[in-house]
Amino acid sequence: MSLNPGAAGNRLVVYSIFNPASWKIEPRREIPQGLLYATPLLAVVLTVVAGFFIFLSMGYNPFLALYHFFVSPLLTLYGLSELLVKAGPLIMIGVGLAVGFRANVWNIGAEGQLTLGAITGGVIALAFWNEETWWTLPLMCICAIAGGMAYAAIPAFLRTRFNVNEILTSLMLTYVATLFLSTLVYGPLKDPLGFNFPQSRMFGDAALLPILLEGTRLHLGGAIALAIAVAVWVLMTFTIVGFQVRVLGQAPAAARYAGFSGKRIVWFCLLLSGGLAGLAGTFEVAGPIGQLVPVISPGYGFTAIIVAFLGRLHPLGIILSGLVMALSYIGGENAQVQVGLPQAVTGVFQGLLLFFLLASDFLVRYRVRRNPAALRHAPQAQPAE
Amino acid sequence: MPIDAVALVLLTVIGSATPLLFAALGELVVEKSGVLNLGVEGMMILGAVAAFGVAVTTGSGTLGVLAGAAAGMAMAFIFGVLTLTLAANQVATGLALTIFGLGLSSLIGVGFIGIPVEPLPKLALPGLSDLPLIGPLIFGHDALIYLSIFAVAAVAWFLKKSRAGMILRAVGESDISAHSIGYDVIAVRYRAVLFGGAMAGLGGAFLSLVYTPLWNEGMTAGRGWIALALVVFASWRPWRLLAGAYLFGGVTILQLYMQGAGGFDIPAQVMSMLPYLATILVLTIIAAGPWKGRLDAPACLGKPFRPST
Repeated sequence: MSLNPGAAGNRLVVYSIFNPASWKIEPRREIPQGLLYATPLLAVVLTVVAGFFIFLSMGYNPFLALYHFFVSPLLTLYGLSELLVKAGPLIMIGVGLAVGFRANVWNIGAEGQLTLGAITGGVIALAFWNEETWWTLPLMCICAIAGGMAYAAIPAFLRTRFNVNEILTSLMLTYVATLFLSTLVYGPLKDPLGFNFPQSRMFGDAALLPILLEGTRLHLGGAIALAIAVAVWVLMTFTIVGFQVRVLGQAPAAARYAGFSGKRIVWFCLLLSGGLAGLAGTFEVAGPIGQLVPVISPGYGFTAIIVAFLGRLHPLGIILSGLVMALSYIGGENAQVQVGLPQAVTGVFQGLLLFFLLASDFLVRYRVRRNPAALRHAPQAQPAE
Repeated sequence: MPIDAVALVLLTVIGSATPLLFAALGELVVEKSGVLNLGVEGMMILGAVAAFGVAVTTGSGTLGVLAGAAAGMAMAFIFGVLTLTLAANQVATGLALTIFGLGLSSLIGVGFIGIPVEPLPKLALPGLSDLPLIGPLIFGHDALIYLSIFAVAAVAWFLKKSRAGMILRAVGESDISAHSIGYDVIAVRYRAVLFGGAMAGLGGAFLSLVYTPLWNEGMTAGRGWIALALVVFASWRPWRLLAGAYLFGGVTILQLYMQGAGGFDIPAQVMSMLPYLATILVLTIIAAGPWKGRLDAPACLGKPFRPST
């Protein structure tokens, strides 16, 4: 090729790094487990780096802004307790959704199911408003689960009976649920002594979740969320229905040959995720909020979709990713107070995080190697593949 | 009802149908190429805020409209890189696009809330616009409304008659065959996705510059999702899409008038549920009706493709 191999070789090496033809991209035969769980970390790091430049471009001191976003909320007991208050619903909804995502059942209406759960639970709390009984709270939880399940049953029925796409129906129902809640708090459930504000009475003590840590808002729901994540992990790992869900997602043909009922799994996934979202809804109104108001959740149902993916659709991973996404909420609030960042930064960060995660997935599924053929013929450009 | 009032009602129907039409028409082309972009809502709202921001700061509605299309296109490019180049899951990426777009738009729009904007000029034709009923209905709209109708005709012609359109449909029906006879599947899909983004951006621009005209956080209010449903409703046919968009525009306006008219003992919020419930109903009728099985969804819709060597 050349009379002077050393010099030519060097030139070729430098040249070839920037030449797409010198890279070979091939699907991996096996997914490396280490990489699978390392890429969410990579995505978080990339999001922080992107945040640095966003803050810089908005004219904030990026170091100060990042400090108040990601570090200072974790330095106080109150901050840590708030982290768990926000992580609870994200984890509960996230584990439910993840089961469905594994089976290619796309419930993206968890926000609506959460709202329905808050309504059904809240109605119980108001119906037994002045009766201080031990069973108020358990009954609220049961009704919340039933409410969320019933609401998720609509897309499940339409999907299994008429083959209607559950993505669109579950999302449309979210708008309907929000409007329904608003109808109630502006109308029949409005506090009679509330100066006409669109909110219900404050719940009685019997309808409020016990506080775990005196002086904070950390309530029993956070602990229940962790228990549910572990329970779903057991369900997915050790039971036949968990196995069926995994097979249906990874090898639909195999699932058909094995005689697994696709429809039953669609029902299972939607009812599970709907019930958990409904329970999370009642935990919000029986926990930090304490009454029914027009807006129950700052988008937990949608953020939980990111939580599910960031946790690799694995219940135990979702506990970690739920904490990370909860930090994006309280970090956003904290940065707003401390350095005046607009609250909307939270949504941008959440979207970016999912982008980076999906992009880094490429590294998990494909192997990028130097292409030896391209080194030999570097000057002639070859088609990228 | 006096004839002027009828014209007024029909005018508002056109107004509420046009953003849906833009966004849905773009998505129709995207889906015809075999790509499912669920990020319409995100592209639309970023288009809305970009159009509004540029129109307010430069004072030019035309620049605003262009900025809206460009913003939608930029979002679509992100989607393209992730799903086409990096073969990421299209459903998840579309959702990410929506979450990101809603966040970014409210971040950009913080300073624009409550600021008025000069609406786009109407193309009034002296004499013709003054005709009763058809005058205001056919003449005297702003350019975007004419553009949306023209775009339907153009897309219908492109998909049915043009060579590039046939290649695009081939790519959507069987990516592997199209690839093996030498078409660049990824390049065709990139173009379709970028077109879809620009159209969603135009839909957003119409919302914030013509329909309201104001900027409000989350002002698309699910229209991007309704646009996605419209594509299914139209079973991927441009002219049927036009009919669907006007039908939905009609439902939206109907509930607004019923709220305004009073007399009905129904809370306003229940009325506002109508467009969303209508979407679910229509999707069910389409899926369950006697014509099921002839929906003509592109065969490769939503499936990732990476050319093998």
